[in-house]
Amino acid sequence: MDSSEPSPSGDPDDRPAVPAQRSDQDAYLRVSDLRVRFDTEDGVVRAVDGVSFAVERGRTLGIVGESGSGKSVTSLAILGLHDPKRTTISGEISVGGRQVVGLADEEVRRLRGRDMAMIFQDPLSALHPYYTVGRQIAEAYRVHHPKANRREARQRAVDMLDRVGIPQPARRFDQYPHEFSGGMRQRAMIAMSLVNDPALLIADEPTTALDVTVQAQILDLLADLQAEFHSAIILITHDLGVVGQVADDVLVMYGGRAVERGSVEQVLRAPQHPYTWGLLSSVPSLHGDADADLVPIPGNPPSLINLPPGCAFHPRCRYADRAGSRSRTEVPELRAAGADGHLVACHLSAEERAAFYAEDVARVGVAV
Amino acid sequence: MSLSPVEGVALAEIESGTDPSGPAVKGVVGRSPGQLAWLRLRRDRTAMVSGVLLIFFLLLGLAAPLIEMAYGIGPREQFQNMLDGFGMPLGYAGGVSGEHWFGLEPGLGRDIFIRLIYGLRTSLFIAFAAALITATIGIVLGALAGYLGGWLDAVINWITDLTLAMPFLIIALALTPTITLRFYGERGQVSSAFGVGVLIAVFAIFGWTSTARLVRGQVIALREREFVEAARASGAGLGHMLFRQLLPNIWAPILVSFSLAVPQFITSEAALSFIGVGLSDETPSFGRMIYRSLDFLQTDPAYVFFPGITIFALVFAFNLFGDALRDALDPKSSR
Amino acid sequence: MTDEPLLRVRGLSKHFPVRQGLRATGLVRAVDGLDFDVRPGETLGLVGESGCGKTTTGRMLVRLLEPTSGSIEFDGRDITHAGRRELRPLRQELQIIFQDPYASLNPRHTVGRIVAMPLQVNGIKPPGGIKARVQELLELVGLNPEHYNRYPHEFSGGQRQRIGIARALALRPKLIVADEPVSALDVSIQAQVVNLLRDLQRELGLAFVFIAHDLAVVRHFCQRVAVMYLGRIVEIGDRADIYERPQHPYTRALLSAIPDVTQLGPAGRIRLTGDVPTPLDPPSGCRFRTRCWKAQDICAAEEPALIPRDGGNQATACHFPEVAGSITQVVEEVSS
Repeated sequence: MDSSEPSPSGDPDDRPAVPAQRSDQDAYLRVSDLRVRFDTEDGVVRAVDGVSFAVERGRTLGIVGESGSGKSVTSLAILGLHDPKRTTISGEISVGGRQVVGLADEEVRRLRGRDMAMIFQDPLSALHPYYTVGRQIAEAYRVHHPKANRREARQRAVDMLDRVGIPQPARRFDQYPHEFSGGMRQRAMIAMSLVNDPALLIADEPTTALDVTVQAQILDLLADLQAEFHSAIILITHDLGVVGQVADDVLVMYGGRAVERGSVEQVLRAPQHPYTWGLLSSVPSLHGDADADLVPIPGNPPSLINLPPGCAFHPRCRYADRAGSRSRTEVPELRAAGADGHLVACHLSAEERAAFYAEDVARVGVAV
Repeated sequence: MSLSPVEGVALAEIESGTDPSGPAVKGVVGRSPGQLAWLRLRRDRTAMVSGVLLIFFLLLGLAAPLIEMAYGIGPREQFQNMLDGFGMPLGYAGGVSGEHWFGLEPGLGRDIFIRLIYGLRTSLFIAFAAALITATIGIVLGALAGYLGGWLDAVINWITDLTLAMPFLIIALALTPTITLRFYGERGQVSSAFGVGVLIAVFAIFGWTSTARLVRGQVIALREREFVEAARASGAGLGHMLFRQLLPNIWAPILVSFSLAVPQFITSEAALSFIGVGLSDETPSFGRMIYRSLDFLQTDPAYVFFPGITIFALVFAFNLFGDALRDALDPKSSR
Repeated sequence: MTDEPLLRVRGLSKHFPVRQGLRATGLVRAVDGLDFDVRPGETLGLVGESGCGKTTTGRMLVRLLEPTSGSIEFDGRDITHAGRRELRPLRQELQIIFQDPYASLNPRHTVGRIVAMPLQVNGIKPPGGIKARVQELLELVGLNPEHYNRYPHEFSGGQRQRIGIARALALRPKLIVADEPVSALDVSIQAQVVNLLRDLQRELGLAFVFIAHDLAVVRHFCQRVAVMYLGRIVEIGDRADIYERPQHPYTRALLSAIPDVTQLGPAGRIRLTGDVPTPLDPPSGCRFRTRCWKAQDICAAEEPALIPRDGGNQATACHFPEVAGSITQVVEEVSS
């Protein structure tokens, strides 16, 4: 199976790759026109369908979406964690100038851990229960530093545990994952992913399983570490509040496609896509009228096997009719919207969007 | 082959994002998990072939008296005139002919085909009866132990361990003749129904433990599930909890273990009859046939061949079908 | 309001013995002496982080767990240790909604059977038949009544949660304990379900005990809020009191830790250090003192009582409650 081939010719939605961002040349991670498909019993799943973005070192990209939006699959594709027998990946993923798509397993493995690392949502299942936490971190170090001896690896692991704020790191080194609390486990997980100084860190819902006060600690820790190691971070989350707090750029995904991309100010302060409006208005807030009803997005997230034709969001979109039949027949391209670098995939014109958004804000009362 | 993480995530996302408009197209009546399993089973060629074979064997066993009528020969009829002076059947391949399809038994001169059909009937009856009884005992004890827990669980566990610790073969060897002796005395003619009954009882006493453990484990896993708590919070009693809420969710493993227990009992019956503690020669059965045939392994190989190949095909078909059933009922366990 | 409380909880505790082999080696004080009331038609939010005992409390209220001590009075009757038979009439008025929309529905039952279960278990035959009642309930929670014969796996998470709500409503309860009913749902679906619960609460005059870790969701649903920490209520009060004038340091920390869409960038936050201590061995005195920036000697020596301040509805268990001042002031105070 050759996954480096571009998507097969004659593909119905084979459209030109989306122009990548301005800072593309010096970005550490560049993803362009990424497509990930799985063949399943029930049909072909287009988990990711033409997504492009770039992340520079020292910046954080927040990828936002609901279940089935393809956000997690995107991150796993970057790490090369897929079964080549069932998965078709096309497009380009460049990590530090190296093309990952089509690379041999062995080489991707070498990149993984050293150049890019992942933080999972559930550290308990990501850490091996029968080995001490310290040993796992030291192993992770020695995989990429074969010359390091046991003592050096241990020292490095203890330093990392200390760095991520685990008290008494030398004693904690010899403890097992179940002896750590949830927050401490996530810290250990972060220590493990940072042990080889990766330039790219992918955090998939890193705080979803944690309590708010601990979440705040972990988010602070990630920000501190980023300032120190100057790494590029992808933060995958469903929580817009978290994105607003730590991200520099935001990518909003829906049904395996990017629907909006821009800086955090652009996307959260001047959202362009009706889906983003819906997300913002459905989040309960600590401010504003507590007695007012929340404004949910009607309907349910779509199935990736049976994606609605045209704009995948149209069955749930309040304004789908305004764009005429195009919303049902034509997949909207990601194009420039308003401010510099702000992209949106919507059939509505800029004027229409501005008018509807103003209407929306007036109706919902969530001016952010 | 396990799922790759990417795929796992994608499939999870598909499952969580089932489109509400999807079922609307399919019609108002939904497909139950059982129906879905049936559809998967239908698509599995091995399951279909082995299933058809099993049904064929079952029909043969059920229709044994009819076949006897059509065939015109009974299982106890002897055809001494078809044997030579040494008691060996005349003709080729153990006396296979248009009249005696599978030939004749050396010595007694009974028809092998009709004895095979009746042997099948006996074996299947014993195996199904034993599997049903063991499954029932296992389900009841396992479900009670798992759901109620506490001292009852401890007692049932203790009995299970005790049963497992008893050596099946030795006790079967010791028990069967003793019971027979107790009921019929030294010289009494043992009825075939009694022999069958003793065999089933021996299987029932020893066979329930695995089902009980299986059910207990499943019930413990389900007990803390929220739908069970929802029923408890509505005030449901023990009967409702066990039979309405819990059991419907563990039919799948029970069915699989049942379908794998049947061939096990078939071979056990054959083995016991073979070593002489099972059925008497009066009752046609696989074990007795094979036992008798071994003396003629060299002189009349056809006598070994027919019962041997039938029991092999039967057990093989059952095992294949059991495995296919497991895959169909629990698609995630396969691959 | 002068109504008698519908639910009256006093000194409610649940201690789980920790066993090693056959010997009990310790006691997890999951819930340790709760007092609160819920009036008819009132919504009380129980909030706190994991391990604070909120879920255990909910399970005790519907008597899925046996309380260790204390009392639960429902509608004037003591149900703390009532048996299944005595509970039966009360079950109908006291129902629960679960967190996990996947685990809370029996996968082998049709939706119709799931929703009808409480009726059948209690031998209730509604006028017009069970099916009509079930379809009415499905319609009430915004599902197509024709989906009566479908199985849970054919529905999405949000729809499943609606089925769970319909089941809880089947017996026309007066009080519903909702245990994290929206935390497993997608954001856009969460809002749908919160709105549905609000509508039902208003239309049917239901009282709710709403258990959640998300203070923002609770703010949109509850009239009164109780904040729990390590098995205790540290602060209880009306919504406005808790969200605008929190007096307990923990409430303040919790509120300031919530990432809010309306604030971009690393906002000023009260940084709590460390994790919640284990309920196996809770700190002496005030349980929050190990993470509190105001802790003094008295906090370790003496457990603060949950006492009302300013004669109002708001009660705080703290030796040094905040009297006034906004959260931002506190942040400055902490960071300086």
